[in-house]
Amino acid sequence: MHEMSIAQSLLDIIKEEMAKNDAKVLRSVRLQIGQLTAIVPESLSFCFEVMTAGTDLEGAKLIMEIIPLVGHCENCKKEFPIENYAFECPFCRSTDIRTISGEELSIVEMEVE
Amino acid sequence: MKISVVKNILEANERIARENRVLFDEKGLTVMNLMSSPGAGKTTLLEKTIDALKDKLHLGVIEGDIQSSQDAERIANKGIPVVQINTGGACHLDGNMIRDTFGEFDFDNLDLLVVENVGNLVCPAEFKVGEDFKAMILSVTEGDDKPSKYPLMFHESSVLLVNKIDLLPYVDCSISKIKEEALKINPQLIIFEISCKTGEGLDNWFAWLEDFVQRRKASFSANA
Repeated sequence: MHEMSIAQSLLDIIKEEMAKNDAKVLRSVRLQIGQLTAIVPESLSFCFEVMTAGTDLEGAKLIMEIIPLVGHCENCKKEFPIENYAFECPFCRSTDIRTISGEELSIVEMEVE
Repeated sequence: MKISVVKNILEANERIARENRVLFDEKGLTVMNLMSSPGAGKTTLLEKTIDALKDKLHLGVIEGDIQSSQDAERIANKGIPVVQINTGGACHLDGNMIRDTFGEFDFDNLDLLVVENVGNLVCPAEFKVGEDFKAMILSVTEGDDKPSKYPLMFHESSVLLVNKIDLLPYVDCSISKIKEEALKINPQLIIFEISCKTGEGLDNWFAWLEDFVQRRKASFSANA
């Protein structure tokens, strides 16, 4: 249940950005959550709701986009979806894989007024 | 109005972890983040490791638990510096909690600092503390399906210690399946099969760890 910590960090960023942009109302926040992260979206939603209830941010929508795991083979230079968390190139069987997406835990956009 | 932000949500923690790391690097100190589910044998492995290496290395321990100081007392009995962190409910340690203990240690006289994380196979994997590497324990009583159920932990760890192998005759758990699944998720993973009860396999682990710490110290001296 580390979603509570994540929600707290997220709120810190939101408040900082709102102050910077002189925004008063938060409509929505868009997040990218990589498939490899151990985040349960429903749980993060719940924590966010609980932590914003009764504050100026109450009612803001949390939009979560799950980013699939994609690898780049350093041997044959091909890109491929990493399925079942198998970090092996399906083309040349190399295990020298660089993860190019799927590890995100980012805030990407906020809609404010 | 839409504003584009693009920020890592855990950036605040990762910044502190990087700062911790800079300090550890300056001191040539190896920091190991030890993780597992509750009861897999983290503290027992630490006790055995301390017994084996305390004449060769200067060790220190940070004990992370939700509550109680039982683990820190076990480590203190071994005569090495230890700090207990009680997270009071939080399921993991983070960079800030580790930084708060710095006043309690004399880093100039330490070679290896072990951070024993809160027992949990999920959350600690997400939070860096400034470690050189993460090591995890999986005991055979937990079952051989754990790598595929908790991929992040296995992906983030550099070392996997498969513990309680003395119990293999009594449980339905295949070591070869654990290895196969874990290496699929993390092909670079270094695996030790151990029993803290009988001592089987522990010498290989002690030798590996001592070698890692000594090499890190040597590279630090070379750069100093």
